[in-house]
Parts: sequence; C-alpha cells; structure tokens
Amino acid sequence: MTDISRRKLIIGGLAATAGVSGLGVAARIAQKYGLVPPDHGGIYGLGETLTYASQRLLTRHSLAREFSRSQISNPPFANEMAPLNEAYKRLQAAGFADWRLTVDGMVDRPTSFSLAQLKNYPSRSQITHLACEEGWSYIAEWIGVPLSHVLDAVGVQPQARYVAYFSIDTDWWDSVDMADALHPQTFLAYGMNGGELPVGNGGPLRMRVPRQLGYKSVKFITHLTVTDSMKGFGKGLGSMEPEGGYAWYAGV
Amino acid sequence: MARLESVPVTLGASVPSSASAVPATKATSRHSALVRVTHWITTLCFLALLVTGVEILISHPRFYWGETGNNLTTPLFKIPIPSSRNLVPTGYGYVLPDQNGWSRYLHFQAAWLVVLTGLLYVISCLFTGHLRKDLLPGKGDLSWRAFSRVIAKHLRFERPGAAEAWSYNVLQRLSYLFVIFVLFPLVIWTGLAMSPGFVSAFPATVTVFGGQQSARTIHFFVTLALVLFLVVHVGMICVAGFRSRMRAMITGRPNGKNMECT
Repeated sequence: MTDISRRKLIIGGLAATAGVSGLGVAARIAQKYGLVPPDHGGIYGLGETLTYASQRLLTRHSLAREFSRSQISNPPFANEMAPLNEAYKRLQAAGFADWRLTVDGMVDRPTSFSLAQLKNYPSRSQITHLACEEGWSYIAEWIGVPLSHVLDAVGVQPQARYVAYFSIDTDWWDSVDMADALHPQTFLAYGMNGGELPVGNGGPLRMRVPRQLGYKSVKFITHLTVTDSMKGFGKGLGSMEPEGGYAWYAGV
Repeated sequence: MARLESVPVTLGASVPSSASAVPATKATSRHSALVRVTHWITTLCFLALLVTGVEILISHPRFYWGETGNNLTTPLFKIPIPSSRNLVPTGYGYVLPDQNGWSRYLHFQAAWLVVLTGLLYVISCLFTGHLRKDLLPGKGDLSWRAFSRVIAKHLRFERPGAAEAWSYNVLQRLSYLFVIFVLFPLVIWTGLAMSPGFVSAFPATVTVFGGQQSARTIHFFVTLALVLFLVVHVGMICVAGFRSRMRAMITGRPNGKNMECT
C-alpha cells in the first residue's frame, strides 16, 4: 500500500465517519425539535422529512392567505363522498341535536361537547382557499371555533405533540402537530358562507386546516385525542392517509 | 503571451468562436465530473417528475386561470383523457387507476433532489468558470452572420465538426442557459406557488401569477417546454453521434481512447 492510498483511506474513513455521525446528530436534533413527521420511514421518508422540517422552520406562525367576500366560489363546491353510515343518519334525523365532540388524551379535563356548547364560544370566520391534492380548489367562508380555544378549555398537558381527530365515518381520521393545532386559522368549522355547514361539506362539524391540502380537513368530526406520539394510532404513520399512500404532512 | 493564445481563434474564421474552448491537449475530459454527475441525477429526477406529474394530472385533467377551479367552473382547457376520479366530467365512461399517492411522494422527493443538485451545479458553475467558458455565448457568436451560419447548419442536419465535440455552439449555449436559468427556476417557482404551506409564508410567490390555478397552468406549460427541450436535445445527440456524445457525458471522453469525435 502506498502512502497516498493510505492517506486517502484515512481521510475517506474520517469523512465517512463524520458524515454518518453528522447525519445521526442532525436526526437527533430534528427529532428533538419536532421536525420529523410520523411517516418518515420508507423510501420517500427523506423527501417528506425535508419538506416537513423546512416548512416547520419557515412557516410555523405564518397565516394562510385570506380572501375577500367577492372571491368566494360561486356556485359553492362540495367533493363527492361515500354514503354516510347509520350512526350519522340517526343523528342527522334528529337535526344533529345529539352530536357530540369528545376530547380526551393528554388533557387535564376530558370533555364531551355538544354542538351548542361549541357554538357558545366566540365564533370566528375566515375566507380561505381549499385545494385538493387532485388539482381542483375553491374558496369559501368558514365559520367555527378555533381548535386552540377548545384545547385551552380542556387544558392540554405540556408533553402533547399531536392532536388526532376522528370522523364519525369509521377509518377516517387524521392528525396535526401542535403548531397546526394551536394555529389561529385551524378551526372546528360548523358554518360555511354565512349559513350552516352543509352535509356535503362536512356538516355539522369538520376540521379546517387551511395551510394544508383539503384532505387534512376531515369531515364529520366526533372525537379529538391529544397525544405525545402517533405510534398507537393505526399503523403509527400519523393518519390513515399514509396507509393509503398519501403524505401525512400536506402543507407540501 | 495572451495574444499568442488567441491566434487560433482569429485564424479559424470559419469556426465559431465558442470553439476557442478546444483544449490544447485533448487528454482532458469533455465534461467535468461534476457536470456529468449532476446531468444524470437531473435526468433521473426529471423523468421521475414527468411520470409522476402525468399521474397527478390524470386525477384532474382540467386547467383553470385565477385562484380557483373545480368541476363546477369552466376550465381554460381540458386534456382529452379519462381521469382517475369519477367525479371529473371527461366524457369517458370509465376511470383510470388512481396512482396519485406514491406519485406525489415521489414527485416531491425527486423535486428535492433535483433542486439540491441544481443548486450545487449553479454554484459550482459560477466558481469553476463553466458558466463563462462553456455556457455564455462568445462575443462573435451573437452577430447575425454567425447566428445564421449555425442555424443553416442545423437546418441541413449537418453533423458537427471535431471542434464542436469539445464545445457547445451558440444555439446549444442559449438553449442550455434558457433551461437552466429560466425554465427550471420557473417550474420550481410555480410548483412552490401551489403549496398551501409555502405560500402562507411567502404569499407573493402565488399572487404574482394571479392565483394558485394560474400557477398550476403555468407549471404545465413549463413542463411542456422542458419536454420539448428533452426531445430536441436527444434528437441533436443522435444527429451529432449518439455513442460518442453519450460516452462523453458518462466517462468524460467522447470516443474512448480515440479522441476524434466524428
């Protein structure tokens, strides 16, 4: 072995060690500051982690664009959906008087809210864009209570990292991190374009996460769980979306 | 000394002045290792972005202008293909398989890789002189006479001479510059303009285009321009000599041990 190749070997070895440990340190730091999404595994995990981490660094407090009333899509749009289940139809027949939103998990006061209770909170409205990952979009006015108000009311514990939310439609659930859960534009929406929230748009209660694609705005919400890890939910990927091949983080 | 070096250029009046980059000894590489590696990473990423982009497009093959557009609005134009979603009024009685999920994952992963590769390429081409020597047209190249000579050669499908195996002609230089500094930045920009998260922090990214749907439409047309470039690029390589050009971009040497490239 000549001197030069030995030197190259040593330098190469040192560089490789530094590279690997650098990546390891970066991964630890990213994990600590909540920059790693629950669906970070697999072949697309690196791209997803880069997107999520860079957006969390750049957009943690940024506000989704809001529009003027004249820009609201007319006619209003509602995407197609699967037929609703019996549990929903029973509540619908009673005018949603018995619709409940259960909030549990890492909270001081687990609570079950009626729609009337949610509507008693100061209502907020926003005129925002809803873009579907397919390519279409519409603008609507959303009326509701910011999720942060509800979370304040139940007392979120400091170790909380995600809020998981569930539709009355079984197997339709998702989650957001605390940055999105506490974001002022993240709503539990019960109204749209000045009226009640239509069934086709997720009435009587849907999530609105305007800084992410439409599929994060799950319809017919009945249950929220505050948690420090998404591991125990479904396959542990953060929502049912990655189980069907779609990214958990949809801020893109 | 400098005057001596410039002699071959003034003598070879029929050779475009871009050819002044012909190295004195042909033992050097035609393309630097960095150019070769970034070229092929970009190629792979572009193909991945193109295939996945088409898959994403199939889920809604309609284009709009402005902020919004959906099945209830009049499209600017439609692509006459079936969709992977049955709510889209395509006129076909069936839907295509939905490949949107993995396509989106791969689209953004390839986008990250090509953006990082592109940054590495652009930064290094500023520092190594690649931009000045190989991409910016020479002074004599931009005259009408020089220009029309190159165009006439192209129209006759003439095989480039030995000098052009070592240097880009003016049309190549201009089209590469356009792809690197106009089309790629524009396709990245319009892509980011469709990101609800990104535009919440940088709203001007999308408002300059007049809305998210306008950005999507421009993204599509820039893609068409890039595909057109790809087709012409590969076509020209075939005209110039596919094997030698491919070998030059893979190994750095146009023709193996024999440096003649005709």
